[in-house]
Amino acid sequence: MHSIETRLGRIRGKLPPRHHTARTIAALTSNPGCARRAVMDAAGVDKQRLAAHAGFPAPFGQSRFALARGNAFEAQVKANGAAELLTLLREHLRLPIPEAHYDDLGEVGGNASRELRYARTRSLLARAHACGDDAGTMFDHPLLRLDVGGRAAYLEPDLLAFRLREKFHVVEIKSFPVIDGQADGEKVAAAAIQSAVYVLALRAMLAEMGIGPDAVADETILVCPENFSNRPAAASLDVRKQLTVLRRQLSRLERIENLLELLPPDLTFDLEPGEDGTPTRPPGDLAAAIRRVEARYAPECLSTCEMCFFCRDEAHAATARLGRDTLDDLGGVEHIAQVLSLARGADVTAAPEMAEAAGLLAAAARLRGECLGEAV
Amino acid sequence: MSTLTSLARALAAGRGFAQPVCTVRHVHIHERPLVFVPLALAGEAVAPLAAMAGDDPESPRLLVVAEPRDRDQRFAFAAELASVILPYIERHTSAEETVAGGRGRDDRVRFAGAPQVLVPNPDGIAFTRLLGRSTRFRRTEGEYAVPPSVPLLGRWLTFLAECAEHPGSCLLLAATDALALHWATGQSPVEDRSLGTIAGWIDPPPGRTGAQAAADAEDPVRCPPAGPATDPGFDNEVLEPRIAAVRAARAAGDERAWRRARSALAGALASQLQPTWELMWRAVALLRRLPPGGHVAARWDRDKDAFTAHVAHIRDGGPPQPRRDTAVAAARRLTWLEWVQASYAAQRALDDPLVMAEYRMSGEAFAGQVVAAESARVDSSGRKRVLRPHITVKTEDAVTVEPGASVTSPARPKQKAHVVSVAPAGGSTLVTVELSGGMGRGLTPPPGSVPGIGETVCYAALSDAYRPPPPFPEPENTPWTHGGPPPQYVPTDEDASEAWS
Repeated sequence: MHSIETRLGRIRGKLPPRHHTARTIAALTSNPGCARRAVMDAAGVDKQRLAAHAGFPAPFGQSRFALARGNAFEAQVKANGAAELLTLLREHLRLPIPEAHYDDLGEVGGNASRELRYARTRSLLARAHACGDDAGTMFDHPLLRLDVGGRAAYLEPDLLAFRLREKFHVVEIKSFPVIDGQADGEKVAAAAIQSAVYVLALRAMLAEMGIGPDAVADETILVCPENFSNRPAAASLDVRKQLTVLRRQLSRLERIENLLELLPPDLTFDLEPGEDGTPTRPPGDLAAAIRRVEARYAPECLSTCEMCFFCRDEAHAATARLGRDTLDDLGGVEHIAQVLSLARGADVTAAPEMAEAAGLLAAAARLRGECLGEAV
Repeated sequence: MSTLTSLARALAAGRGFAQPVCTVRHVHIHERPLVFVPLALAGEAVAPLAAMAGDDPESPRLLVVAEPRDRDQRFAFAAELASVILPYIERHTSAEETVAGGRGRDDRVRFAGAPQVLVPNPDGIAFTRLLGRSTRFRRTEGEYAVPPSVPLLGRWLTFLAECAEHPGSCLLLAATDALALHWATGQSPVEDRSLGTIAGWIDPPPGRTGAQAAADAEDPVRCPPAGPATDPGFDNEVLEPRIAAVRAARAAGDERAWRRARSALAGALASQLQPTWELMWRAVALLRRLPPGGHVAARWDRDKDAFTAHVAHIRDGGPPQPRRDTAVAAARRLTWLEWVQASYAAQRALDDPLVMAEYRMSGEAFAGQVVAAESARVDSSGRKRVLRPHITVKTEDAVTVEPGASVTSPARPKQKAHVVSVAPAGGSTLVTVELSGGMGRGLTPPPGSVPGIGETVCYAALSDAYRPPPPFPEPENTPWTHGGPPPQYVPTDEDASEAWS
């Protein structure tokens, strides 16, 4: 374990590590075959800076307006011991909560080290579980831990784990609106998978103390602004499906040791910061290092991974760059040049397993040529 | 997606330029469409920040909201937008046309034209829908009163956004969708949702390849995003300080500084909108270059019918569209959408050999030369002798159509045909088809009504014929399984005072 830490430290270089969040874990499960992302995230590499220095800055940033709105909404819901949230849970979910305690787990006696906060979260939740009665306690800023690719990732949910009817409930606060009972499907899906990450981490934590998974509810609570106002509304999200997906994907993630074994021992993504912190490593050298770790680019990466432009450029000859559906339609032929030569019927050396794809592409090329009067 | 479109994508990537996937245009382009480019404040449900709108490429109207979180300014924006969009809509109610009823039905009158609003992308349609939702229930008197144009705008925006869900309707179109329907780019469908890159692939500036032009368009400084979401870098570096400056000048009561700050803000927003505005008209020009498909006019007629019906609904004092469809309305709508989808797909294939080729790939259609024809074949097995010619087509296509299937030929859409036999012959397939109708009343077909030997023909198991919907109960008879009869909509104070902040 120690040597893995050392290697990951070398890969990361001199910058402090960045931690996994529920969002990055959710993104990881959407492309579990990508070794590049797995290694970078395990090492806690700052992908944004890396991509920028290699000449491919990520296409997304966060608007201060969106950030401010998100923070303001969360603060409003949590204000005064989460008074607004409590009212909401009572009314909308018909929860019999007479009153509730509010525990902020953000700091432990002024010391906010991850291990300490994790230990405190664990002991408090264990006590609440042992207590048995529905004390109705909300825990703000708990710290959870989840095993991702053979390595522990700490999660700092800005959510409240809430104990009620013998179960802990995960509450997720999001600032996208629910209009006439409907919200953006993509955003709800993202919130559901993030909530599922927390459910899984919470269960893992309780399991360490011999508490079964039943102690955490499969239904999480999503709190969003209603219609065009700032008024919060709550809805239950059943995340059983997301939990299954997540568990399967996490188990599929190759264990980080196996990935590291395939890499040269001196591999590093260090930017070699000079005295003033500006990177001095030649970008070409960095890019070459990045290419040592295999990526699996798909257009979906464009909205989830900071390395996307780098990987897209690298994959310029790959059919996958045109989208997964396109790749499927083209018989799974991996390279665009080969698609075109099969379509022309020019690739006589094609392997026998390509025969079906070759027939398909030649037929498509024939039809296209017939309609447009031009050769493919 | 299909193999042919995907092959066109691969070709585009290989050649560096977009490749056509249609030989004709499948959308109607108005002679004077209204282009609407909205921008929204990040993080809010629907907070208009700015917009460019108008039907004259040379003089767009610029609308700016200096304080996007202020309720009054939002409604002021809506009123200003109404002053652009409502007169445009109204203009299409000046001329009428008569449609012959046929089959014992009366003639009817509809408007001779209909409005067409173009937005940059599907998110623009979503914004239109939400802006409609947030304004259509407002009241024009009492507390929280708004100008009468605001709820009317809301109803029209809602109408347009609902029409945009109907395949083939062209009252509200997203430019990226319309372009992607006709060209395959060398990028993925996800990236095709960016107007700058898709236009780059199709119509690069001189000396650049499509791939290069698309790469150029990814730089938000050179080519700002087409909205409604703004570039986060612009938000943080330009927009925030300028909004703050307006706010500060207002707080200080400094009239001159306020005016200066406001015009700086408007200038910054215009710089984000202007490139998209120009791209929109370029997209219109690109689409106009294609000849229209045979069914485009008929689908636009259906749009005119929908427009006429909505004008009548508003003039008759009908209520605004409900927040949620009732059970019966939803079921009707779904059935209608299913039929429209099928009919639109069939029409596109019948209008366009390249779209038909998709069906030939999947075996639902076949094309080839007529190798045998019994044009004067008469079927005397029934009570009456009838003309039922047989023709045999030799095709290279992989036919999956089975004997007995009804098929249609794009060259003779009125003639009924069904497959009699399908037989392999060497590497090709021989398909024999029996024809009926479209040949006059006699027992000898007029010349040209039956395909002759040597003619190239195409037959497809597709039909755009009208399918009458199944009967649905009246709303007042909604069964209890579907929630029972819905309560009648009565505007409430709550509707009018709903927060929009």
